[in-house]
Amino acid sequence: MAMSKRKRAQYFRYAQYGLLVLVAALIAIFADWEKIRTAFFNLDVAIKMFPTIIVTALKNTIIYTVLGFTFGLALGLVLALMKLSSVGPYRWLATIYIEFFRGVPALLVFIAISAGVPLAFNLLFDIYSTAMLALGIVGAAYMAETIRAGIQAVPKGQVEAARSLGMSVVRTNVTIVIPQAFRIILPPLTNELILLTKDSSLISIIGLTGAQYELTKFGRETLSRNPSLTPILVAGLAYLIITLPLGYLSRRLERRTGGKKVSVV
Amino acid sequence: MSDICVEISGLKKSFGPLDVLKGIDLTVQRGEVVCIIGPSGSGKSTLLRCVNLLEEPTGGKIVVNGTELTDPDVDIDAARTKIGMVFQSFNLFSHLTVVNNLTVAQRKVLKRNEKSAQEIALRNLERVGLSEKVNAMPAQLSGGQQQRVAIARALSMDPEVMLFDEPTSALDPELVGDVLGVMRQLAQEGMTMLVVTHEMQFAREVADKVLFMDGGYVVEEGPAEEVIGNPQQERTKTFLSRVLDPTHHGPGDPE
Repeated sequence: MAMSKRKRAQYFRYAQYGLLVLVAALIAIFADWEKIRTAFFNLDVAIKMFPTIIVTALKNTIIYTVLGFTFGLALGLVLALMKLSSVGPYRWLATIYIEFFRGVPALLVFIAISAGVPLAFNLLFDIYSTAMLALGIVGAAYMAETIRAGIQAVPKGQVEAARSLGMSVVRTNVTIVIPQAFRIILPPLTNELILLTKDSSLISIIGLTGAQYELTKFGRETLSRNPSLTPILVAGLAYLIITLPLGYLSRRLERRTGGKKVSVV
Repeated sequence: MSDICVEISGLKKSFGPLDVLKGIDLTVQRGEVVCIIGPSGSGKSTLLRCVNLLEEPTGGKIVVNGTELTDPDVDIDAARTKIGMVFQSFNLFSHLTVVNNLTVAQRKVLKRNEKSAQEIALRNLERVGLSEKVNAMPAQLSGGQQQRVAIARALSMDPEVMLFDEPTSALDPELVGDVLGVMRQLAQEGMTMLVVTHEMQFAREVADKVLFMDGGYVVEEGPAEEVIGNPQQERTKTFLSRVLDPTHHGPGDPE
């Protein structure tokens, strides 16, 4: 007797579960748990990382990210407005900037800012300026496109209404268009912030003193003094302290703007 | 001040190769209500949008409140504060509360202080019968309420003339009456109004003058009773019989 389609699917699922249990059991039996524990979960090493990982590394990661994000947002807004400008050269400049910095690895930008700029301009940036510039320059390229899309998503009628009330082009943008655009792009902007948080780890390419350590550098530094990968795991978990709430926030914002459609007709 | 509020002569507008307005002349006296009717694509809305330069005319001259808008050196932002505009799709600022919709331009453009802007806003909300919606967001209002707020927003600038671009076309039928009621009341108060509309009953009762447009021209113009009640032009007759009695026409009837 042929099995019904539903029955067959059911048995197939049982087979999948069985395989899963088997693999898990094999790992549990044959893995050297003691070795894994010391490699990844060495509690002594983990405890030694506190409280520095919070009061220095996590704090610095947040500071570098916020500096970079703020600068990147401002620069991204300018680029977005340039890209929407009726003046050709503005559009070309913005396009070249965005395509360039979106296309090259962020790591190269960090090296250029920290090593190239001092060489070329005889300027020496402190760690905060370097973080702000490098993260901001890269972040701006991504955010500019997001902001541009947001501005274009604001219904044309909003602009017409504002202009009809006597608002100038600039006033209309500042008072009506940009606030609405940012509401629209809040979820993707939160994602940009998460990406920048992780990119802030690239700053460890330049020499940092102990007080300037951010999470990745701090993790690697601790790793070099302990034969255990625990510091890396702990540093990774510390990133989640920042990124998980942001991700949750982003999803909530998305639900809010998606659920209650703004009437645009 | 002269008694002429809007004076349009030889107005032409084309979008690329498409000529939408082919030479329009129109004079609107202060306190006059002019309704513009006609089939879609006849250029009614374009004409209205030229009166506050939302559309840049290709040719001709427009003078509103003594200011020539077609002068390239005109301060269009200043001129627009005296021209109220009401759109088919309301266009309330969706990120602002009702009262802020009414005060934002008063404060940023007319530089009124917060307090007097609020007072004027409240007075105009009362005029359109929506005092209780002061702090609502636009999305919480019905279409009819949104349109009345839009009218109040335009009135808060103390305009000399109000332009209405099919103000009831996007509304559910049972909400049309509220908006028309507000407009009727405005007309009675002596507001100069230019109204593009398909509401023939409203045009007939409220308008001092009716313009019938077709194909970019004014085909017929005169007192409402004459243009709507006793049209002379064949095209006007066809249009009106279709609008006033749509069920009596098959889809294939000749124009």
